Amino acid sequence: MAAHLCYGRVNLNILREAARKDLREFLDKCAGSKAIVWDEYLTGPFGLIAQYSLLKEHEVEKMFTLKAGRLPPADVKNIIFFVRPRLELMDIIAENVMSEDKMQSPREFNILFVPRRSMLCEQRLKEQGVLGSFTNIDEYILDLIPYDGDLLSMECESAFRECYLENDQTSLYHTAKGLMTIQALYGTIPQIFGKGECARHVANMMLRMKREFAGSQTQILPVFDTLLLLDRNVDLLTPLATQLTYEGLIDEIYGITNGYVKLPPEKFAQKKQGEGGKDLPTEPKKLQLNSAEELYAEIRDKNFNAVGAALSKKAKIISAAFEERHNAKTVGEIKQFVSQLPHMQAARSSLANHTSIAELIKDITTSETFFDNLTVEQEFMTGVDTDKVNTYIEDCIAQKDPLIKILRLVCMQSVCNNGLKQKVLDYYKREILQTYGYEYILTLNNLEKTGLLKPQTTTRNNYPTIRKTLKLWMEDANEQNPNDISYVYSGYAPLSVRLTQVLARPGWRSIEEVLKMLPGPHFEERQPLPTGLHKKRQQGENRTTLVFFLGGVTYAEIAALRFLSQMEEGGTEYIIATTKLINGTSWIKSLMDKPEVNI
Amino acid sequence: MAFVTATWNPLGEAFYRKTEVYEMGWRLSSGLRDCLVAAAPYGGPIALLKEPQRRSPSARPQLEIYSSSGCSMASFVWKSGVVKHLGWTVSDDLLCIQEDGTVLIYDLFGNFKRHFSMGNEVVQNQVLEAKVFHSPYGTGIAIITGAFRFTLATNIDDLKLRRLPEVPGLQGPPTCWAVLTQDRQSKVLLASGLDLFILDNTACSAVTPPGLSPQVCSIVQMCVSFSYKYLALFTDSGHVWMGSANLKEKLSEVETKVKTPPKQMVWCRRPKSHQPSVVMMWERHLLVAGECKETIQYHLDEESVLVPELDGVRIISSTHHELLQEVPAACEEIFKIASMAPGALLLEAHKEYEKESQKADEYLREIKEQSLLGEAVRQCVEAAGHEHDIETQKILLRAASFGKCFLSNFPAEYFVIMCRDLRVLNAVRSYTVGIPLTHTQYKQMTCQVLIDRLVYRKLYPLAIEICRYLKTPEYQGVSRVLKHWACCKVQQKEESDEAIARAVSVKLAEAAGISYSEIASKAYECGRTELAIKLLEFEPRSGEQVPLLLKMKRSQLALSKAIESGDTDLVYTVVTYLKNEMNRGDFFMTLRNQPVALSLYRQFCKHQEQDTIKDLFNQDDDHQELGSFYVKASYKEKRLEARLSLLQSAVDEYNKAKNEFAAKATDEEMRLLRFQRRLEEEKGEQLLGLSLQDTLRVLLSVGLNKPAEQLYKDFRVPDKRYWWLKITALADKEDWDELEKFAKSKKSPIGYLPFVEVCVKKHNKSEAKKYISRVTPEQKVKAHLAVGDLEGAAEAAIERRSEAEISMVLSRCLSTTDRGLVDRLNRARSTTAKK
Repeated sequence: MAAHLCYGRVNLNILREAARKDLREFLDKCAGSKAIVWDEYLTGPFGLIAQYSLLKEHEVEKMFTLKAGRLPPADVKNIIFFVRPRLELMDIIAENVMSEDKMQSPREFNILFVPRRSMLCEQRLKEQGVLGSFTNIDEYILDLIPYDGDLLSMECESAFRECYLENDQTSLYHTAKGLMTIQALYGTIPQIFGKGECARHVANMMLRMKREFAGSQTQILPVFDTLLLLDRNVDLLTPLATQLTYEGLIDEIYGITNGYVKLPPEKFAQKKQGEGGKDLPTEPKKLQLNSAEELYAEIRDKNFNAVGAALSKKAKIISAAFEERHNAKTVGEIKQFVSQLPHMQAARSSLANHTSIAELIKDITTSETFFDNLTVEQEFMTGVDTDKVNTYIEDCIAQKDPLIKILRLVCMQSVCNNGLKQKVLDYYKREILQTYGYEYILTLNNLEKTGLLKPQTTTRNNYPTIRKTLKLWMEDANEQNPNDISYVYSGYAPLSVRLTQVLARPGWRSIEEVLKMLPGPHFEERQPLPTGLHKKRQQGENRTTLVFFLGGVTYAEIAALRFLSQMEEGGTEYIIATTKLINGTSWIKSLMDKPEVNI
Repeated sequence: MAFVTATWNPLGEAFYRKTEVYEMGWRLSSGLRDCLVAAAPYGGPIALLKEPQRRSPSARPQLEIYSSSGCSMASFVWKSGVVKHLGWTVSDDLLCIQEDGTVLIYDLFGNFKRHFSMGNEVVQNQVLEAKVFHSPYGTGIAIITGAFRFTLATNIDDLKLRRLPEVPGLQGPPTCWAVLTQDRQSKVLLASGLDLFILDNTACSAVTPPGLSPQVCSIVQMCVSFSYKYLALFTDSGHVWMGSANLKEKLSEVETKVKTPPKQMVWCRRPKSHQPSVVMMWERHLLVAGECKETIQYHLDEESVLVPELDGVRIISSTHHELLQEVPAACEEIFKIASMAPGALLLEAHKEYEKESQKADEYLREIKEQSLLGEAVRQCVEAAGHEHDIETQKILLRAASFGKCFLSNFPAEYFVIMCRDLRVLNAVRSYTVGIPLTHTQYKQMTCQVLIDRLVYRKLYPLAIEICRYLKTPEYQGVSRVLKHWACCKVQQKEESDEAIARAVSVKLAEAAGISYSEIASKAYECGRTELAIKLLEFEPRSGEQVPLLLKMKRSQLALSKAIESGDTDLVYTVVTYLKNEMNRGDFFMTLRNQPVALSLYRQFCKHQEQDTIKDLFNQDDDHQELGSFYVKASYKEKRLEARLSLLQSAVDEYNKAKNEFAAKATDEEMRLLRFQRRLEEEKGEQLLGLSLQDTLRVLLSVGLNKPAEQLYKDFRVPDKRYWWLKITALADKEDWDELEKFAKSKKSPIGYLPFVEVCVKKHNKSEAKKYISRVTPEQKVKAHLAVGDLEGAAEAAIERRSEAEISMVLSRCLSTTDRGLVDRLNRARSTTAKK
């Protein structure tokens, strides 16, 4: 089921299995047939842990979406609410429970809070007078969800907004708890590095929890050597840039949610004989994207410009493999060929899918708009004219291009210029308000609060220094056979990943100056290991680092880290964890505040 | 040694043995007669209530609690109602079930813990009979009332009373009944004459045991095995029927030749045993029945009680405590007379070795020739585990150790673990502790539970010794014991707070993972708040301190501890608590000093209490946020006037916040709204709510050029954007003349490429071409390409000698149709490249 989670350096399936075990145990606690009422937000993340078959094995017969009013009829013994601990959801649950028909055979109510139970919510249920109606109230600790062989995500969309805009550190608490779970399963992580306020906060909580649970830790040889905690606001630039890896572009254009992407169906029409393609499918095509698919694992992290070549190479290999059948003479050879058929057919359909996706993407990347947009991005990243109003942005506003596109560009200019001159900033803001509506003043306020948009306070722009020291721009990025992480943005090397790379070698001490320019403290902590658990490193054995992005990470950054893991002389392998997989669009969207207009 | 088999009796293929466990330490004046007796399984405590029916205040019954060896643990006069049944919970608490369905719970030392009722029906009809049972869900109680209805509670710690359905046609009390646990559900099996019924939550179903002999008229006694897997029925014809509890299979049926129902009947079956067997007891007569026709009979000297165990039956009388069980296979192999099993030979070999006789070698050879030495050692070790006599254990272990010397690869753990287990078992079996566990029981209950049992008995030093000896992780072992000790310590009323706090901290200082908050809770329950606070200071988990601090009304401290823990839910909890407890002013002041709590509370208010959030901003003079608050509020208003007045408040607040931009923008918004309304009234165009840009677009598209013009001036719309708007609007209307006129009106601030583009967008290439000449040289190539004029584009690109542009044109050319052009471009590119 989840074999792709075991292949990596660290077997993340252990985590998944632990999560599944907890789920089964809870389901068995509610004896008899059951119906689950879902907080809709949770269905995606749960899909990464358990399919419907698991639920069915444990007598889950029906599933509903949580909504106000009366529960749909279902002849089951138990109703289980799977919800996040949110007050507004409690009100809905209370309504559901109260409108339950008393005449019918009584059903037992249960709540499973994800990821943690909340006294506040239980209090609310009590106030509503329904707390006593519940047979079981439990929590399902689901902090870090295994997303792929080297990737963990909390699937917490609003983490960045909560931390940097609303000063609500709940997600950081869950992060710390999640990291404690990781340590319980994979051993204490001896070294912790971090950069940023939130990173500091998480590290503090982890150290505190460690003290609190002194004596209870299991004796496991540490799997991870280092944990690196990075605040997203240390590197605001990277997510704003358009990702140019294959997976990054899929996400930028179609959006990947919980490991699935929905694509326009036209290109995937089954070309069956006799049908003449008269009825095209209208439902979007839904595909799961992860390293379980061999071809995808191979091309996902490539620069899109190198994907075409890879696909055609693969096509040749596959057709050659099919040709083999002509060479199969003996019964034994034919048998062997047949035994490989399913695998080959899977490879062929995978190839067909990705060829279609690549075509879809190519239509967009070759368009003029895409090119112009990219040109401006690259100008900003290289520091060209970042202090003036940009004509391209002006034109885009005048033509009322999508607002998020404008905001991404304006924010990028601001970040690359360490803030905009007051006059420039006000000009942009006014243009946006006049074009898109004054209600966006709230969104602009939010962007300013998080530092994505800011007026220049000092005359000195330190971005060029940072760019030069960390080599953020590489003039001759090799897209086909990369030799540096900058290939993921065709020239721009993501700052966050550069920090990670420098940490491994030669160490942060070499870039003290730059670290001081970036927001928040940087730190190093050591967690003592019990005697006997110190790892004796074999000659040439790689170190393993867990990089945690607080506030989100992009697919391009992940690609860059995977590239570093594979570098022969790198000496470090990376496992990536994050609050949520983001791209510039989803990120900016999470920061927008658009009140509904009532007039 | 020679007498090991003296207590053995054969039954079919197997042997049964009855061995003494203790000589009872109690002195009971009238034996067990007229007593309610409850003895807990796994060698647990024994409770006695003498003459439970006595009610007169002058002669109340006495409740006594003893260990399994008869050492008194508690004794007190029973002052409550008439007790129908006594039973023990899995955590060694005594349940006293009264006639009226009230259940009183006492600890091992006779301290009252709590009570609960089994429901109204029971109160009305009174308890006829009650049974205490154990299942994976805890300890349960089943009651049959005077109305012959059953009430069941599966777990008394999470009390949910279930009234089972009525048994159709049941007129009198059932002849016998038992509780079963099947399919994760507790059910009642009852017999009324010959009819058998199973009662579960929803239904009553009649069942028949397969193969019950025909001459039976009534089932008079029944019992279920320890594991709930087997059932035995005793019939009025004197037959015992044995089978599976699901009534699908019959195992055997034996005629006892006794027709009176036995006083007690219990299963005596060890896991992996040879045969099913049941023990029945009459007044002075004990009978073991198995698969064969024969039975084993014992005479009893005194009134006794049978206690079923996992692997046997304990027999308790006023003087003795015995264990009756099937002889375990390993013991049988070794000690059976004339046994040639490898274990028996090894034992012989070792005996000869001790005597320094060469026969030792002969025996050893015999075993080794069959290469059974490993098996021999294993048998000896296993047999040692099943023997209670320490000397026998030693002999067997020595023999095993001797045999091990001749084996190179025998895993040591098996031997070592058995030695360790026996040491623990011998310690707890000692007369003073009085827990006569067998090895099988010990493995089943686990060491964890054993430690718990010792803790309930307040045998802290022994518990700690065992934890250390077994190297139990501190958190589960020593620390846990110490925590219980401390909880007990804080209840000692005679000592001062300081002394106790000091004693606790000294003793617990080194122990890891102690939950001080639990200890503090206990202290608080005993009314010692000061001590509780002192103890809480030792608690490393700040989150754990919060609930107790709140309970003790130390809310400020609770708030800072909650924040320290990082658990935001905890902070919310304290904040809500504070809000209800304090007046508003103090509450706000408290929050002000705790920024983390303040921002969380703001989040809470944003979703739940809009008015409060305004007050919060007001108090902090946060005019920026207040401004945004009003802006947000304005969008909720339906009426324009109300909306404008809220926006005015926003302007005022933004001004106070010195946010000139926001104030101006909001002011502009108000002006726009007023303008839109006026125009709606005058011209009837739907404008309200549109952005300035969209308003202009609408006006231009319907030809309201004058108001558009006015807006453009009033709102100082940049020329560039206005031009864009204007040409798009004109192109959308396909008003090409007007577009051309506009192009000529003055110099375009956006150049002329946009003109080309808007025309192309409307598929009017000929109009588009009109503007190409005016496009700047830099954009010419683009313009030509836009109208699809490859020649022109190529011309322009070559003229500009731009490699990039040449390539761009090339990429649009088709090699088939534009052959000449491609060649020209390629040539031009190579010359440009050379330069």
